[in-house]
Amino acid sequence: MGYTEEEALEEAKRCLQCKKPLCVEGCPVAVPIPQFIRKICERDYEGAYRVITSTNPLPAVCGRVCPQETQCESRCVLGKKGAAINIGKLERFVGDSAIKNGVSIGLTDVKKKGKKVAMVGSGPAVISCSLELLSNGFDVTIFEALHTAGGVLKYGIPTFRLPNEVVDVELSKLASLGAEFRLNKVIGRIYTVPELLERFDAVFIGTGAGTPKFMGIPGEDLNGVFSANEFLTRINLMEGYKFPETDTPVGMGEVVAVIGAGNTAMDAVRSAKRLGAKRAMIIYRRTEKESPARIEELHHAIEEGIEFYWLTNPVRLIGNEHGWLKAIECVRMELGEPDESGRRRPVPVPDSNFVVECDTVICALGTSANPIIAETTPHLKTSRGGYIEVDPKTGRTSLPRIFAGGDIVTGSATVISAMGMGKIAARGIISECGM
Amino acid sequence: MYKVIQKESFSDTTFLMEVEAQDVARAAKPGQFLIVRLGEGRERIPLTIADFDREKGTVTMVVQVVGKSTKEMSYLKVGDYIQDVAGPLGRPSHIEKRNKVVLVGGGLGVAPVYPILRAHKEAGSHTISIIGFRNKSLIFWEERFRRYSDELIICTDDGSYGRKGLVSLPLQEILETDEKRRGIEEVIAIGPMIMMKVISEVTKPYGIKTTVSLNTIMLDGMGMCGGCRVTVGGGDKFACVDGPDFDGHEVDWENLLKRQKRYEKEEKLSLRLFDEHCKLVERGLLK
Repeated sequence: MGYTEEEALEEAKRCLQCKKPLCVEGCPVAVPIPQFIRKICERDYEGAYRVITSTNPLPAVCGRVCPQETQCESRCVLGKKGAAINIGKLERFVGDSAIKNGVSIGLTDVKKKGKKVAMVGSGPAVISCSLELLSNGFDVTIFEALHTAGGVLKYGIPTFRLPNEVVDVELSKLASLGAEFRLNKVIGRIYTVPELLERFDAVFIGTGAGTPKFMGIPGEDLNGVFSANEFLTRINLMEGYKFPETDTPVGMGEVVAVIGAGNTAMDAVRSAKRLGAKRAMIIYRRTEKESPARIEELHHAIEEGIEFYWLTNPVRLIGNEHGWLKAIECVRMELGEPDESGRRRPVPVPDSNFVVECDTVICALGTSANPIIAETTPHLKTSRGGYIEVDPKTGRTSLPRIFAGGDIVTGSATVISAMGMGKIAARGIISECGM
Repeated sequence: MYKVIQKESFSDTTFLMEVEAQDVARAAKPGQFLIVRLGEGRERIPLTIADFDREKGTVTMVVQVVGKSTKEMSYLKVGDYIQDVAGPLGRPSHIEKRNKVVLVGGGLGVAPVYPILRAHKEAGSHTISIIGFRNKSLIFWEERFRRYSDELIICTDDGSYGRKGLVSLPLQEILETDEKRRGIEEVIAIGPMIMMKVISEVTKPYGIKTTVSLNTIMLDGMGMCGGCRVTVGGGDKFACVDGPDFDGHEVDWENLLKRQKRYEKEEKLSLRLFDEHCKLVERGLLK
């Protein structure tokens, strides 16, 4: 739950207003944190909103989904002895107040530059890149592949973590500043990026990572096996939880096993529980300590009665004669020597195989790069995994006038880092256009 | 919003729908597909492109009523609007001049074969078309096929028109005759899964390249959900971005046929509720 005004004021008062604020260093977009907190103390919430949005256009979103505990809050001086300032919840309070009171970013005296930029995608990277360009007088056209804008904020992150209305308000800001939305346009198919360059001065690619990974073990083609992307999209984007009132079913069974332990895995398993799964469990080959999920998400999952199989790795999915999943065979793992990531490598314990009965498996193993743009943009330089290579200082790709940012560059990362890159690319675009 | 500009019934359960979509038509190529969504809360329906007219700026789909969404779509009239049409999606069919190419279409699959046939004819291939329908009343586009086919064989299951029997039979005969088989460099088959499976089995002993178009269960149609994954040559492929065209000899058909039943139960429920709803509307009990 978000803060009430009283709670926000109380929390804000605890801030020491450090002269050299370490929290700001921990923020990927360097939000002037002490300044916005001071505005809260002064009960100037609109002012606080203006301070945050000077570097982060989506406080209501980031207040909810940023991993503050490893970013700003982890650097808070108060955290050394007691509780760090709850910066995330304060940010959310400011963002939500602005939505409630209809405060928007409001640009005044922006001189049109007569330059047009095409955005590919409409998730966090594109939202932040677009806002920066719009406030510099650029015209922006956003090409979204799905029937709804918002990218991962809409199809991926569940509404219990980020309500769709919050995303819609943020998107409507873009529209009110003059961004044009073109839905149902899969760039690379309907127009290629080189074709867009004929009509636009620059193109920004912010398509997200996209393609789901599977385990590569036998049985993954059984009915009842999903990628987390499919499961969450059916629920969030297609509103499958309302089926048959809506047309797209989720098709979840009663006993759900989610493979993986990142934030997406937590989203999937908590969604499964909410949809009425009798048992919902996480299966992960390492331990809780190595889990890449935010601690907060892990705690929510535990509180909600999610079961955890740590140090457990699926080896085979078992189906019935009609091709439907009925169980997973797993092997117990133990931690061996550290691997390249510095985490201790899990190794199977011999003869420790066991079977877990379940009728739904959701693979939340991360994503790889969607191939469509790279395949249809000749000479665009990509890394081995298919991610687009950019100059980190400008967001420019190997090709002139083509920029990129967000997960299609970094692989699965956070909303805020995608936004940071979107903004850097906007600056890159502005300077390449000679403005 | 995308305006319906032409609708033609081929039978009680099959219809053609031509929709205005300028930029889709401009980019469309044979073998690609569309995703259509009729409105809020509705499904994303993958439909193969049956034709496109770049000058008019239209795309054409031929649709069979198989569930709630396609039934609802069949109620649309000329002048109505479809909320979302995304496309073209998927990789276009690979078309190169062949000495001889055999194009096999079954039922609704006849429609998407048509632009491929036309492209092959234009590329200079000798075209042999085999198209099959359940009976005479379901036949469509005979003229279009005649125009671009050097040889055309029409089959009906019940023998009410053309040859009696399945499309695999005339293909089998052609392949069995050395002289007729000579020069056939590719067989392209689009139709029900089971038909494409059978065609692939018929051509396999002769080692003739066989291309099939897989219309699997899909959600986004651009590689994001993986719901359309099929086993091809022992590996996982996504029909939406790696296909929809695949080598029929490499497809794991048994598996695919099982996967197509993934949402059978839900599809039936949805259709039943929709039919009940429509009955109430007919009786004036609901709007």
